[in-house]
Amino acid sequence: MKKLIYIFILFLSIYSKAQKTYTHIALYGGVAHIGNTTIIDNSLITILKNKIESVQNATGIKLNPSSFDTVIYLEGKHVYPGFINANNVLGLHDAEQVKATLDYAEIGNINPHIRSLIAYNTDNQIVPTIKTNGILYTQATPRGGLISGSSSIMALEGWNWEDAVLLADEGIHINFPQTIETKWSDDGEMSTSVNKKFSDDLNYLYKFFDDAIAYCKEEKPIEKNIRFEAMRGVLENKANLYVHADKAKDILNAIVFKRKYNIKKFVLVGAKDAYKVIKTIKSEKIPVMFNRVNDLPERIDDDVDQVYKTPYLLQKDSILFCLQLQGEMEAMQSRNLPFNAGVAVGYGLSKEEALAAITSNVAKIIGIEKLVGTLEEGKLASLIVSEGDVLDIRTNNIVLAYINGKQVNLTNKQTELYLKYKNKYGIK
Amino acid sequence: MKTKIKWLLALLLFYNFYNSQTTFQTNGAPFNVHTTYAFVNATIFVDYETTLNNATLLIKDGKVLQCGTSVSIPKQAVQINAKGKYIYPSFIDIYSDYGIVIENKVPAPKTSVQLESNVKGAYGWNQAIKADVEAHKHFIHNKDKANELIKLGFGSVVSHSKDGIVRGSGVLLNLNANQKENQSVIIDKAAGFYSFNKGTSTQDYPGSLTGAIALVRQTYYDAQWYKTSANKTEYNISLDAFNRLQNLPSIFESNDKFNSMRAAKIGKEFNVKYILKGNGSEYQRIQDISSTGLKFIVPLYFPEAYDVEDVYDAESISLSELKHWELAPSNPSVLEKNNIPFCFTLSDLKDKSAFIKNLRKAVEYGLTEKMALKALTANPALFVNAYDKVGALKPNYFANFFISNKSIFDEEAEILQHWVNGEAMINNDLNPLDIRGNYKLLADNKTYNFKFFDNAIKPLAQVLIDTAKKNVSYQFNYNALQFSFKYDTINIARANGTYDANKKKFTGSMQMADGKWTDFELVYQNMVDTTKKVKPIAKKQDLKLGQVTYPFTAYGEALTNSDGIVKDVISKFKNRYKALLIKNATVWTNKGDSILKETDVYVVEGKIVRIAPNIDATALAFAKVIDAKGKHLTPGIIDEHSHIALTWGVNEWTKSSSAEVRMGDVINPEDINIYRQLSGGVTSAQLLHGSANPIGGQSAIIKLRWGCNAEEMKYENADGFIKFALGENVKRSTSHDNARFPVTRMGVEQLFNDYFTRAKEYDNAMKEFSLSKDKNKIAPRKNLELEALAEIINKKRFISCHSYVQSEINMLMHIADTFGFKVNTFTHILEGYKVADKMKAHGVSASTFSDWWAYKNEVMEAIPQNAALLTKMGVNTSMNSDDAEMARRLNQEAAKAVKYGNLTETEALKLVTLNPAKMLHIDNKVGSIEVGKVADLVVWSDNPLSVYAKAEKTIIDGNIYFDRDEDLKLREEVKNERARIIAKLLLEKQKGGKTQKHQGKHQRLYHCNTIEGVQEVEGCLR
Repeated sequence: MKKLIYIFILFLSIYSKAQKTYTHIALYGGVAHIGNTTIIDNSLITILKNKIESVQNATGIKLNPSSFDTVIYLEGKHVYPGFINANNVLGLHDAEQVKATLDYAEIGNINPHIRSLIAYNTDNQIVPTIKTNGILYTQATPRGGLISGSSSIMALEGWNWEDAVLLADEGIHINFPQTIETKWSDDGEMSTSVNKKFSDDLNYLYKFFDDAIAYCKEEKPIEKNIRFEAMRGVLENKANLYVHADKAKDILNAIVFKRKYNIKKFVLVGAKDAYKVIKTIKSEKIPVMFNRVNDLPERIDDDVDQVYKTPYLLQKDSILFCLQLQGEMEAMQSRNLPFNAGVAVGYGLSKEEALAAITSNVAKIIGIEKLVGTLEEGKLASLIVSEGDVLDIRTNNIVLAYINGKQVNLTNKQTELYLKYKNKYGIK
Repeated sequence: MKTKIKWLLALLLFYNFYNSQTTFQTNGAPFNVHTTYAFVNATIFVDYETTLNNATLLIKDGKVLQCGTSVSIPKQAVQINAKGKYIYPSFIDIYSDYGIVIENKVPAPKTSVQLESNVKGAYGWNQAIKADVEAHKHFIHNKDKANELIKLGFGSVVSHSKDGIVRGSGVLLNLNANQKENQSVIIDKAAGFYSFNKGTSTQDYPGSLTGAIALVRQTYYDAQWYKTSANKTEYNISLDAFNRLQNLPSIFESNDKFNSMRAAKIGKEFNVKYILKGNGSEYQRIQDISSTGLKFIVPLYFPEAYDVEDVYDAESISLSELKHWELAPSNPSVLEKNNIPFCFTLSDLKDKSAFIKNLRKAVEYGLTEKMALKALTANPALFVNAYDKVGALKPNYFANFFISNKSIFDEEAEILQHWVNGEAMINNDLNPLDIRGNYKLLADNKTYNFKFFDNAIKPLAQVLIDTAKKNVSYQFNYNALQFSFKYDTINIARANGTYDANKKKFTGSMQMADGKWTDFELVYQNMVDTTKKVKPIAKKQDLKLGQVTYPFTAYGEALTNSDGIVKDVISKFKNRYKALLIKNATVWTNKGDSILKETDVYVVEGKIVRIAPNIDATALAFAKVIDAKGKHLTPGIIDEHSHIALTWGVNEWTKSSSAEVRMGDVINPEDINIYRQLSGGVTSAQLLHGSANPIGGQSAIIKLRWGCNAEEMKYENADGFIKFALGENVKRSTSHDNARFPVTRMGVEQLFNDYFTRAKEYDNAMKEFSLSKDKNKIAPRKNLELEALAEIINKKRFISCHSYVQSEINMLMHIADTFGFKVNTFTHILEGYKVADKMKAHGVSASTFSDWWAYKNEVMEAIPQNAALLTKMGVNTSMNSDDAEMARRLNQEAAKAVKYGNLTETEALKLVTLNPAKMLHIDNKVGSIEVGKVADLVVWSDNPLSVYAKAEKTIIDGNIYFDRDEDLKLREEVKNERARIIAKLLLEKQKGGKTQKHQGKHQRLYHCNTIEGVQEVEGCLR
């Protein structure tokens, strides 16, 4: 006899250590948000081992519970593909001000050989709190220098980084030289001025690419150069080149750079000013990992809601984009990824478009769309169930999550502390 | 009659003989000269408002003897014919540092922090108080610098050392660098100088504007005590000198319109009428500037046009910078129209030669010529009590004047002569010989046609060889002529000769290229055509200037008439609507759990008078009606922890206690974040000092009255608050070489113990004094720092304490208990949930982050359920921002308490409205929607806790300060105004005007631990 488990029972089972592994699961009666902007109001999603076996309209389907290990009746709850946290240092540090815990910015200016993968700590303290809010993958990304290194896609579940990795070393990150630099002045103001290092940096970057291309064409290099070796993926159009640029001029300079080296897998990251050069971005078919939505406008005179509404402007012009959170406290802030998407909904994006911007679009941009990003047959069974609308803070309540078909523990240190002190004070 | 004048003259001459004596002994016979000079037939500006035509100026021994139209000229006088010329009294700059050289002898600090003064000797405690500096003792003439000023028409300056917060005295001196300094000093101590800028002082305090203001105030109090106290226990050079400075006019360098208001406020407190050295932005807040009733020194500096040819670079220039470029030249005119006494200074002009061009520009922009002269002569003299000596050409004034060929406001005017202290420093011939004409050149037995032509002062010369016109290069000085020309394709003839004016003939010798000598004659024939090509007079263009907006930034509002005079700003902001009716809203009253559906709220003169369904609008004809059908109405959001709208520093970190500093002194009402936060429904905020020291500074509670000035933004009759801090920030954990006490939580406790003990003793001494009947009893020294702490003990000031870890939270409550007061609020308080029971017992409030953590070691045990748990334990709890970005969506942060801690939605909304109002003791006025409360309200498009909700209208005191529809119009205005000015700038560049590359300015965003001058390290410091 197969068991029928209701959510609340399942919720309790989270705390039982000896959790049974199920291999064939049916999720019945949920509102399925596929991630590609379509919705199935009354859905049946079946999971076989680590993959989604089927996603269909449940109306009219007679479910045979005996063919599953588990059938979970969702009763109108919402099912989403797990969110993907693009371009983030999550997993690469604990306390941000404690130098000893920092593992995301290496010394040096040209670091294509630096790999975030091996620094990604599956036992990191922040990661479980992010998972609780439905984020199931993160793009562990190094920072600093002109070329920061390569990022890898990690599942937020795994015994070690080898276990957690979904796609290793999938792209290299460049901080494109800025024409204008920003400095603090003593009188309490931040001033911008012409970046004197700009042409030097730009020339250096071009020269590095010229040298790297020349090196990679050598049949037998005289001397092995691990920096150039690390560039092969990008130069052979196998790995992504993530180019971080925010201001309009810097974006245009980056696009000129792309053209010169005919880089096929070119991704703009940040692109706070994307709305100013939207036609160029579109004509070049460049995907964008857009700036944190909850960010202040770049300039005093800008529209007060400029950053809030830019995702809508990108959508309107059919640019493939996703959302990401690079900035202050980005690792800890990762749990607010769905709410950043929610804010963009307030300024024009539809809810399903906003969802795509943290699921399927991220997968497409990174190139993992065959594995994750939507609730579709054949994809990895990495999905979440929320009591209500997941993009709105007041209704977001993740009650169930799977990564690769395995149920995820949604508790974390914070929920445990909460429980501990509720018990201390005798609060329900 | 004649004899009388002779007698008078004789008397003057006699007087002047003694007047011109010196103590100097000379090597050889003394070479004193007492020549009388008479400048006749001139147009003379006796002073800025008296012009005499065809008048005579008589000077002798450096002074004016007489100036008038019927002056009899003594026969021995040297007469100078100044027919057609203009004579002006020399200009005066009372804000100069000419000739002041002070060697800095203070040893540099050996460590990165310097908490005490490094000055050796019996000086005061702070290095920036340089009251003892007396500029006249350091004054040495500098010929090059003097010449630079003299060329511009300046004859005397008040010079001082531009270094420090108190800068000592300045010296009024004549710019005649040919004379000894002894002869140049007019008034040794002409004025005292002050600023907010600590200059070269290496002592860390003050490290912010708020600290500088506190230091100025404490120095006044210390000096008063030092003067009156009979049993003082110290001798203090700095305070002694400071007290002596008080007899002089006080000049305060504010360098900013808001700093002018700040200085004026200090002046009021200590009964000093400062002369404020501004920066030319006064027109932007002219009615505030005017209300100070003070005099101003303004630079004749106008920003250069920006280079806007690069579309994207141009975008980083803010509208306020663009507008200032356009409007700055109108500043003097606006000052004049508002009857503000002012004078000009050359200070701030990088290129001093732009002075005269800018002066003319100011006149073009509406300044009267009379006022322009007054601001350069009479006013500066009056300001330093020297208008009996300089600034006019009346008997016994210094003979400081310049002579120009035209009115000084004419573009072609040139200074021909400039006399300072009776000596010509520039001395061009007023009536140069006009040698222009057609001549015959006879030389080497040939005759050529020759002519001097074009301008009269330095004509061009040309000779006709056969039919070829050859240019002649020549020198003509003191009637001696030297010239040369090519007499065929390669050979050059050279000649020297002299001029006989009577015969109009030059004669002399010429040497040809082959070395042969010959005589020459150059004989005048007739006049050349001297009619000038008349330049078409440029029509006086309508300047078409934009309007001043309040505040002077994007999204401000224009409230001035064309003269730049403000029409009733306050009434416009405060009573825009006499009544307001919000109809059919879902009203979150914050009374219990009450949410009223389809309800109207009626507001009269800023207060809520009725809450009911279907209030009849027809009977309320004057009301502005807002249809809020389908929308939500909540009380305005109150941010307990904010650092927006502050100028130059949020942390006076340089002492472990900075209780004397006040954020209320440094409010910046032009911060764009005020407007941005209005767009997120924020109506009130507590502006806090940072958390870099255990005892921080005093808070300011403001309403976000965008457009008003700093004082108008402050909450009326608010209780005083002060910031305290605990933990890693005050231990200076991220500093590598900190030397400041304390560095452990153990030290933090004892620091509080120490300060409160001293504050109690201070308070007792003050109370004892005020109760004492002994009239001879001397007042204890007023100590602003201990006074603030005593207010805490006396429950007149309340603590908001930055805190994270349970141990320290517990500790501060014990300290408070020991000294008999309560901690008002723990802010941040991320481990508050661990001691919620103790907090409840103490009665303290909690103001926390919704979900922040992991940014430093002491927040690793923070939980997003904190607010909910504290609330459930009965602790009055709020959510705060500490962040300009997040403050725009505090409603969403409140919703996180629903998500993480299952609070009800009404409970959650209170976290950002009623609860912070209680913490700030303003819940009797705001925080809920009840009859009798002030109408600080927000109309939301959706459930206010929803991430999709937008604040559509933000209302303060019954006035709409943010309106989403109005905002769209303002955006258009910003775009149009930018486009208009940029077009003007492009035209300016095409005309060949100088342009500058933009150095953009952004408002800095402050957090708790932002320290001035210290680069923020990667990651967040909170």
